[in-house]
Amino acid sequence: MLLIIDKALDVPHILKTWYQEELHSNFGAYVPFVGTVRSEEGIDGLSFDIYNPILLKWFAQWQQKAKKKGAVIKMAHSLGDVMIHESSYIAAVFSPKRRVALELIDEFVEDFKASAPIWKYDLKDGNRIYALNRSKAIKGSGLLGDTQ
Amino acid sequence: MVRVEFLGPIQKDTLELEIINLNELATVLQKDEELTQWLNNCAVAVNDTLVSSLETPLNDGDRVSLLPPVCGG
Repeated sequence: MLLIIDKALDVPHILKTWYQEELHSNFGAYVPFVGTVRSEEGIDGLSFDIYNPILLKWFAQWQQKAKKKGAVIKMAHSLGDVMIHESSYIAAVFSPKRRVALELIDEFVEDFKASAPIWKYDLKDGNRIYALNRSKAIKGSGLLGDTQ
Repeated sequence: MVRVEFLGPIQKDTLELEIINLNELATVLQKDEELTQWLNNCAVAVNDTLVSSLETPLNDGDRVSLLPPVCGG
């Protein structure tokens, strides 16, 4: 389950839908992580670009990894503008027992930050500014550069 | 012909090049001043699979994508 949604996420609706989807799947644990845009450094909000083909492959690999542990991962992310105190990201793990879900959500969200092909921009004074200093080069970056 | 796409914040139009591997692409792109700030921090995908070798062969119709540093969430 990977949802890409235009603008802010309807968090209560998504969490409730996922809860209902898995209510009879015999999972003992449902661990969601919700990412909300904070007011900092005078921004009005954030904006996102996503490259879907690689995101889908990345997510499918995680789904396989989760399956081996008897777990399911769900994720929702915003595309475009999301204003402060709105939410742009939800990840959730369902698993038979709590330990797997708690560990998997941590690993999944960290790898998401390092690898998912999503680009973040600050919305400030009517401008959309790439958040380079908060971004992370994907593993193996620099292949085409002159420092190889 | 190989298509080269620049994703996310890189403000550059798609290129179409006659090249046979990523080494040749590196040579072409390193001459482009617009890309100076990007080449050392971009990951590279061929047909939507990330690659790690400059010897990666390229065939007619292949698509190369440059992915600058990411920050989802």
